[in-house]
Amino acid sequence: MPFIANTALQQQQMLAEIGLTMDDLFSDIPADMMCKDFNLPSGMSEQQVRNHLAELAGKNSTDLTCFLGGGFYDHFIPAAIYSLISRSEFYTAYTPYQPELAQGTLQAVYEYQSAICRLCDMEVSNASLYDGGTAIYEAMMMAIRQTRRNKVIVDDSVNPIYRVMLKSYSNNLNIGFEETENVNGLSNREQILAKIDSDTAAVILQNPNFFGCVDDFTDIAKAIHEKGALLIVSCYPIALGILKTPGQMDADIVVGEGQSLGMPMSFGGPYLGFMATRKKFIRKMPGRIVGRTTDANGKEAFVLTLQAREQHIRRDKATSNICSNEALCALTALVYLSLMGKEGLKETAQLCADKASYAYKRLTSIGSVEPHFKAKWFFNEFVIDLPCEAADVIAKLIEKGFAAGFPLSRYYNGMDNSMLICVTEKRSKQEIGMLAEALEAVL
Amino acid sequence: MSLIFDKSIESRRAVRTSASDVPTSINIKAELLREKSAEMPQLSELDVVRHFTELSRRNFGVDTNFYPLGSCTMKYNPKVCERIASYPGFTHIHPLLPQLRIGGMLTQGALQVIYESDMLLREITGMDGFTTQPMAGAHGELTGIMIIAAYHKDKGNKKTKILIPDSGHGTNPASAAIAGYTVVPVPSNKDGFMDIDAVKKVLDDDVAGLMLTCPNTLGLFNPHIKELCDLIHSVDGLAYYDGANLNAIVGKARPGDFGFDIVHLNLHKTFATPHGGGGPGAGPVGVKKHLTDFLPIAVVVKRNDGTYALEYDREKSIGYIAPFYGNFLVVLKAYVYILMLGKEGLKAVAESAVLNANYIKEKLKGAYKVAHDQICMHECVLTITKDMEEKHIRALDIAKALIDKGFHPPTIYFPTIVHESMMIEPTETESKETIDEFINAMLDIAKQAQENPEALKAAPVNAFVCRPDEVAAAKNLDVASL
Repeated sequence: MPFIANTALQQQQMLAEIGLTMDDLFSDIPADMMCKDFNLPSGMSEQQVRNHLAELAGKNSTDLTCFLGGGFYDHFIPAAIYSLISRSEFYTAYTPYQPELAQGTLQAVYEYQSAICRLCDMEVSNASLYDGGTAIYEAMMMAIRQTRRNKVIVDDSVNPIYRVMLKSYSNNLNIGFEETENVNGLSNREQILAKIDSDTAAVILQNPNFFGCVDDFTDIAKAIHEKGALLIVSCYPIALGILKTPGQMDADIVVGEGQSLGMPMSFGGPYLGFMATRKKFIRKMPGRIVGRTTDANGKEAFVLTLQAREQHIRRDKATSNICSNEALCALTALVYLSLMGKEGLKETAQLCADKASYAYKRLTSIGSVEPHFKAKWFFNEFVIDLPCEAADVIAKLIEKGFAAGFPLSRYYNGMDNSMLICVTEKRSKQEIGMLAEALEAVL
Repeated sequence: MSLIFDKSIESRRAVRTSASDVPTSINIKAELLREKSAEMPQLSELDVVRHFTELSRRNFGVDTNFYPLGSCTMKYNPKVCERIASYPGFTHIHPLLPQLRIGGMLTQGALQVIYESDMLLREITGMDGFTTQPMAGAHGELTGIMIIAAYHKDKGNKKTKILIPDSGHGTNPASAAIAGYTVVPVPSNKDGFMDIDAVKKVLDDDVAGLMLTCPNTLGLFNPHIKELCDLIHSVDGLAYYDGANLNAIVGKARPGDFGFDIVHLNLHKTFATPHGGGGPGAGPVGVKKHLTDFLPIAVVVKRNDGTYALEYDREKSIGYIAPFYGNFLVVLKAYVYILMLGKEGLKAVAESAVLNANYIKEKLKGAYKVAHDQICMHECVLTITKDMEEKHIRALDIAKALIDKGFHPPTIYFPTIVHESMMIEPTETESKETIDEFINAMLDIAKQAQENPEALKAAPVNAFVCRPDEVAAAKNLDVASL
């Protein structure tokens, strides 16, 4: 049998040594509960399974030129990342419960926490959450615990995929949801301020938002804090290479999807949810936290800390049920940020912004294409209006070899002709030109 | 070892970004930009590679050491699964593609992997439908509890309580609580099982469900499991199977046949996907027919023409628990593993895993106390002897002494219902030779406990660090270098 070490003879020897038979070992399972036969295929060899999966992989299209974003991005990934995260000392380890033999994982998590704090201008970070969506959900629950209030305000410029997740998770809970409607692509200040009251636990905003528009929430943060509520900001880590940070805006909890930090798109996962906050809220934060301390000889050492918040100690009183998180993805993000470095991160963000700006000008120069929003500032995504249904145009452009963008009608009423376009540093001027020509041809 | 930030040298670079081929335009006004650059390390590629290679060498993994961490099923992670999960045909697919018109036809291979994984897991567990979306075991639990809530809401039941044995994983009560339920802990009887009389005592119409691990966290199979499921069904409650310990019965018996309505599996345990130092895992959830309508959106279906599609129109669904289809690459690795083992291989997994655990238990009996001296399943729970206790030797000391001998310690202090517990799970991928070495190390330590207990207290002495000061870590919080 593949992967099973002991031979039949060894198993017989072991059974003989302990004076039992194989049937004895399973005798606690009542006979009528044993499964007589499984309708499962026979095992494959490695050669067979690789052929089979190569065939399946070939049925997925990977040659489209990608202008599709929506919170999940096609960024460049340096080769050294894969080499390092493929070190099996990292990927075949468990959660670092025994610090003496997990200093590698623990120091890496500490460095990851530091990198996330530096990126967001926050004070503390956890070791990771599942993804950007569950990270917003955890932030919402954390705000509810912290404020002991149960109303949450979400602007509709927050990723609609995450907004439906929040609703699903709150279905069975006593949480009042209120949604505000963006104004010209920016968070609706008037509605947000009108809705905040003494029951409001948090306001959830995103920057850049789902439409790619860039905002500064400093004014909203002030109003939120005056009412004793918390500001949760979901953000795009690559954009933080150049954009004003949530910390500078006085956000209380910062979350986001970390996929853009060195992880391939992988049909939706594994991804990385990150979370950072202020030191004063750390005891209400979900997830693992690594701290720096010393060992019995005074040598620097890293350990899981504040574990009394967690499920394995606190059970039904824990801050979250999270146990396994996305440690290897957090390591990926740390390696990515280390390889890009201070300048590389800034340059990548600038390249994204410049190329998107160029694509915006090029595409809106087509006679029948108009920018959707009056908001001027966007990062690497923007919305254009077409003279016909965006979903149709996108389907036609797939046939021409482009994943040209996302049809906003899927999540927003009245946006049938609107398309969200994303440009990362991987896209060339030539590809943008070809997209513009193809778009012009199908309109 | 220095932090990577402390190795930074001004202006040193690893990655060179491509020169821009478009005009540089200041397209965002200055007030919206960050004041100063994020202080990331400035290093060469070699500096970065050395740093993380050095860090990796301060870790134990399954590839470097025997790792009998109870309840965690630290089996070997086949390399072919890693290889296949790196095929660009799987890594380079944007998750929104199937939401575009005709886009689903561009991801047929990926959808087929999800569909067939669903079918295989159904057969392995005896359930009628699966979602592969939950991204870890605890996430699967939460999904399962949300399904329980949706079921009762649909039937108009007003139920508020979930029963959980005191030996259950901490994630069970935590998941039930955050989904809005009151947790009722049920004590175990002297045999370590959820006590049927104790269940009867707390069973009423408010009970929405029961969460059970089987075999339980003592590594014991409860022969009355069917009776417990029947009891919970008698008040229209649902029985939830925590699949953390499926490795004990995989290929031999199925939770669906025991009477469970919902199961979650840990693909990073039974199905050999790596733990990654704490994730990413995957916690697919399977349900019986009467609950399939409640599974999260979307579900992969096979159409009459043989193509695969995502079904979004699901009125009774609990909704969206993940942005897309879960940790797809993890599901893919488990799919490959199941295909390679096949029917006979899966059965051999359980047999070999259970044999290895019983062999360890029998060989260590005497030198250590067995918590419940009977045939165990895939793991055994030991505790310290009276002699050790008199010499103030704790499970922690034994664990640390094992590190010096080159073994990852077992899980200690869990389950909490056993005093000074040590939970040993060898898995089927370990050879008799390795297991014998481990047994000898454990016997040595037991001897040392008698002869030189002080030395045990000082262990480990050969690791990269000695016992860290955890109290100081919590008191003088240093969780980031800013």
